[in-house]
Amino acid sequence: MLTPTFPGDSPLHRLAAGVKLAALAGLGIAVGATAQPVLLGLALVAVWLAYLPLGLTEAAGLPQRLWPLWPFVLVIGGWHLWRGTPEAGLIVILRMLTMFAAATLLLRTTRFDALLAAFSGLLRPFDRLGLPVDRIALALAMTVRFIPVLALRAEALATAWRARAARKPRHRLLAPLTLAALDEADRAAEALRARSGSV
Amino acid sequence: MERNIAYIALFAALISVLGFLPRIDLIAGVPITFQSLGVMLAGAVLGARKGAMAVLLFVALLALGLPLLSGGANLWSVLYTPRIGYVLAFPVAAFVTGWLTERLTMLPLALAAGLAAVGGGMAALYAIGIPVAAWLNDLTLSETATGALAFVPGDLVKAVVTGLVTAQLARMRPGVVMSRP
Repeated sequence: MLTPTFPGDSPLHRLAAGVKLAALAGLGIAVGATAQPVLLGLALVAVWLAYLPLGLTEAAGLPQRLWPLWPFVLVIGGWHLWRGTPEAGLIVILRMLTMFAAATLLLRTTRFDALLAAFSGLLRPFDRLGLPVDRIALALAMTVRFIPVLALRAEALATAWRARAARKPRHRLLAPLTLAALDEADRAAEALRARSGSV
Repeated sequence: MERNIAYIALFAALISVLGFLPRIDLIAGVPITFQSLGVMLAGAVLGARKGAMAVLLFVALLALGLPLLSGGANLWSVLYTPRIGYVLAFPVAAFVTGWLTERLTMLPLALAAGLAAVGGGMAALYAIGIPVAAWLNDLTLSETATGALAFVPGDLVKAVVTGLVTAQLARMRPGVVMSRP
């Protein structure tokens, strides 16, 4: 769920993670600098076409994947219509859709550890300036690794609450969940120390 | 050191998980979420530096494309929505919250953390979030600020909860609250 890579072997899959990340960032800047709905529409179409290497069904499925954005489209569109600036609203919506589609494409064709390696590579030059690049990479990997663990804990806490109380679980679960997170952290720190000795 | 890395990483994971909880949407597409509460909590519990690092880790993962924002968004999907301002302001919010919690030692922890959350999670968050959101979305400052007004009551509640939870944690596991060793 977190790293929904679409398994496959398209040219996009084989492209280096760093290149794709840079392309995404570049697109983000380009899209932000453009204020022409026509150009933005073309960008969206271009991103859509970029899905083709993944197969026709994938490409055809893009509108469905963009569907969860409908509340944003509604609110932004309505807001701009009310304000009397429909074109500005269209620009914002097109930017949002283009970036979302592009980011989803990146996610589906790139494994997380490749992204992580690319990110570490990006930070590597700062290593000599004192930036603890290895520790950052470790921390990033740890975070991702523990998200499912904490999600399960949250679910368990919610279930236990619902078994005892009529009301829905809310902020009362925060302290136990946070404690669970910190306890996991203590255990993880132990494991780190055991594997690499104290720093 | 390992303990620091582990605490920071796990708190970043906690902020992510808080984003999976159901949220309420308001105008201009900015939701009320547990996630910003997690940001305030990071500062209050871990202190300024470590809290900010945990949140920076979270934002880095968003930049890498992980859909950890509530609603399943990543940094790029909100790049041209008002949310971007607040997401980029999160690390500062955590830092200020932690900084205030560390310094308000004359007050009981619940009150200190609560006030710190108002200073960091609200004042600092809006001070940075609103200009950034306005800039990236071609809106005027006053428009963006008006849009943010609706969140003030919700955020106040979150600040109070932050204070209470922090104090609760200090009672349950003294020593775990790094902002008050």
